[in-house]
Amino acid sequence: MRADGITAALSHLGRLDELAGANTPIGRVDPRAKLVTTLAFLVTVASYGRHELSALLPLAAYPIFLLALGDVPLRPILWRLALVSPFAVLVGTFEPLLDRQPLGALGPVVLTAGWLSFASILLRFALSVSAALLLVATTGLDAVAAALAWFRVPKVLVVQLLFLYRYLFVLSEEVARALRAHALRSPSHPRPRMRVAGSMLGQILLRTLDRAQRIHAAMLCRGFDGHVRLGRSLHAGSSDAAFMAGWCAFFGVCRLVDIPRVLGVALFGAGR
Amino acid sequence: MSHHLVRLEDVHFDYPDGTPALQGVSFELHHGESVGLVGANGAGKSTLLLHLAGVLFPSSGMVRVGDWPVTPETLSHVRRSLGLVFQDPDDQLFMPTVADDVAFGPLNLGLPDDEVEARVSGALQRVGAAALRSRPPYRLSGGEKRAAAIASVLAMSPDILVMDEPSAGLDPAARRRLIGLLRSFEHTKIVATHDLDLVLDVCARIVVLREGRVAADGPTASIFGDASLLGACHLEKPLRLQGCPRCGE
Repeated sequence: MRADGITAALSHLGRLDELAGANTPIGRVDPRAKLVTTLAFLVTVASYGRHELSALLPLAAYPIFLLALGDVPLRPILWRLALVSPFAVLVGTFEPLLDRQPLGALGPVVLTAGWLSFASILLRFALSVSAALLLVATTGLDAVAAALAWFRVPKVLVVQLLFLYRYLFVLSEEVARALRAHALRSPSHPRPRMRVAGSMLGQILLRTLDRAQRIHAAMLCRGFDGHVRLGRSLHAGSSDAAFMAGWCAFFGVCRLVDIPRVLGVALFGAGR
Repeated sequence: MSHHLVRLEDVHFDYPDGTPALQGVSFELHHGESVGLVGANGAGKSTLLLHLAGVLFPSSGMVRVGDWPVTPETLSHVRRSLGLVFQDPDDQLFMPTVADDVAFGPLNLGLPDDEVEARVSGALQRVGAAALRSRPPYRLSGGEKRAAAIASVLAMSPDILVMDEPSAGLDPAARRRLIGLLRSFEHTKIVATHDLDLVLDVCARIVVLREGRVAADGPTASIFGDASLLGACHLEKPLRLQGCPRCGE
């Protein structure tokens, strides 16, 4: 990636977390309630069979609810969804090739099980990634970390998560600066060649190690004893419990009852 | 409590590759003093500051802070009374928000929540950064980062404030605010810097380091009046004490 590209990507990176400061009905829900509900949502989405498509649709209510009541703009969520979508497309792309069993026909087009499974993978991907993104956008990574710590997730992992996020910006800026310095002195080959890239990466690694030592020293100077204490008091009320219980019950109903099918039968009869 | 707040006795230190960094540094600091630590690049200023905070330990000689010799066993006492502000605020601000960062030290001291909150608000107000409390550090300007880094150390209520290049990278207005802030602190201060005009404003005494040794130690006016000493130590008079470039007076 070019240095300018990295700088632009950086300015987008922190945007999601900044949204979390807004005072919205979803922003006020206790981080632990949102974390548990989102985990329950992810487990529910993952538990569906590979040919399930319509039964998954009602679950979209959860991300839509977060989006609407959390006052989160749609564009940054869609942009990030598009950014990681190649992974899901890559995973699903072999399904239509391998599974050619015909399931039905829409006019002249034969619908195979592989295509259904491909669509199911994409839908499950969109649901789970958007729910995770919306959790961060409505809660903030630091509050998610505080919730993880409350659930006794090992401190080492929580601190790693916080530090990774905090220094992602500093380190990416360092990489961007190194690439820019290279490009300015190598006008005909703005992208570093393999040999140069190797030594450049080595330099960046050494600088990173130096920085890690300085950060550790700064932590020690302020009494670090191996425990990072997140000074956040979490207060859960009955509305938080209702949020969690209500949504988990909804996920359960979605999993047990194929709501679109039931509605279809109720409205249009049993069909064939 | 001892009469001397900080005392270094014949401190030697070599880097792991064998490069000598400090070669017999001795000086004392008294309560309420404000000392500028100046010297060329590589003279040993930052290494000396790391010895005061017990990040590095001398290969020979001794460092005392308050009633305590600085040893691995006494670090918790030493670090309660001495606060070190690092050169790069990005090294110092490692928590998700400014308020979390300022609270990091007080929480490690085991203070109750309301006391931590009082210290965080107090320290942020002191440096004029109360509005930054819920901002993430990576979104702050250079001057704001510096203010937050100073607040994170002030929140631990140290007796001694040690700063490494506090004015590096600041614009003139931010630098002027920093000078006003430093002048308002009653703490004992040690400021390592190349900004000699800042030293002139903030420090009554100067310790000059040269190749790991104390080349001079005295009142600011007399050190800045010694042109040959300054030249030998790769320094020069603060701009304000130099002649007018137009008329030469």
